[in-house]
Amino acid sequence: MTALRLAPPVAGSRIVAIGGSRGENLVPNDDIVGPINSSDEWIVQRTGIRTRVRADEGTSVLDLAAAAAEDALGKAGIEPADLDAVVVATVTHFEQTPALATLLTERLGATPAAAYDISAACAGYCYGIAQADALVRSGTARHVLVVGVERMSDFIDPTDRTISFLLGDGAGAAVVGPSDEPRIGPTVWGSDGSLASAIYQTRSWLDYRREELGEPVPARPELAEEVSQMVTPTLRQQGPTVFKWVITNIPKLALRTIEAAGLTPADIDVFVPHQANMRITDQLLKTLKLRDDVVVGRDIADTGNTSAASIPLATERLLREGDARSGDVALQIGFGAGMAFAGQVVILP
Amino acid sequence: MAHSEDEILAGLAEIVNEETGLPTDAVTTDKSFTEDLDIDSLTMMTVVSVAEEKFGVTIPDEEVKNLATVGDAVRYIAQAQS
Repeated sequence: MTALRLAPPVAGSRIVAIGGSRGENLVPNDDIVGPINSSDEWIVQRTGIRTRVRADEGTSVLDLAAAAAEDALGKAGIEPADLDAVVVATVTHFEQTPALATLLTERLGATPAAAYDISAACAGYCYGIAQADALVRSGTARHVLVVGVERMSDFIDPTDRTISFLLGDGAGAAVVGPSDEPRIGPTVWGSDGSLASAIYQTRSWLDYRREELGEPVPARPELAEEVSQMVTPTLRQQGPTVFKWVITNIPKLALRTIEAAGLTPADIDVFVPHQANMRITDQLLKTLKLRDDVVVGRDIADTGNTSAASIPLATERLLREGDARSGDVALQIGFGAGMAFAGQVVILP
Repeated sequence: MAHSEDEILAGLAEIVNEETGLPTDAVTTDKSFTEDLDIDSLTMMTVVSVAEEKFGVTIPDEEVKNLATVGDAVRYIAQAQS
């Protein structure tokens, strides 16, 4: 039998640098409470959010992604041409094809790097880091750019009381490269599609197209009331169901992630959960029993929930403002729609 | 081992105390979670999650809205564990 040669394996991978870009506009609660008959006080009490960032109409997901990527590449001192692969995590690139990653690769000057998108919602960035780590260690790629980017403002309904008021626009990017020793720990990940209706799109784009064409639209009895009111598909969630799933399952995942890296909770310097809701972060902290002086990503208070972008944006901010330092041991965990989840312990760049 | 209704009430009172700071003797069977104890939907889910673990039962999300009072929760958990 013919033997095939493999690329020499690499000892480990590391995040070389993290960059970010946020929507230009800081939108306070008072600007959005009217259509949902709510108040600044209610939103702060329920979510910890005071403002969220939203992008100008003319700022695309590609613009946001490119700004974050250029920030990360600049900090890393790596030329776009040195990238072998570009992985973009997003649920708000509203074109089936080609992938946003290919457009980003071309914009950056990184063509012909391999480029593809992944759809793992709020876990997308951690899924991307999992892939980049595997690509680098297997020798498939030397440098990988991972970007989490969303323009959630294109996916919201101002009258929705379940999730829209949480959401913001932004991008976070990480350059991943080889390392003499592992600086990205093992990924612990999974999903639970039995909870697909916990965070969902009000109708499919195909049904939207059928209606536009005057074709019969198959009934979705469980969503009938909302569908009849919707013009375009938007996002919804069953907040208490999501909250309970996260606080019940994510602490166990976090402990498995820490153990997989050969560490204990006392070793964690920085905790960056997906910025879903400050109440979720507080409840996770209560259960996890990390050190009292652990630094916690709380970017959601001003930035809102930016889905796939939230973890790198929160991390970028902690590093930029000096709350976290290069060499710190960080636990990052993403979780979201489809109950896709993923966590890693990483050494901060 | 099945817990008695008194034990379940005492356990729930501890959970509510831990999550909200309310004194345990404020948690009696006639109290409404929302009206009397001022527990919002997210805190209620925390109480339910901790109670599931503590009493070894499963409380489906769609049942939680039927648990208006502490007594409703005590009876549900008592039946669910048998």
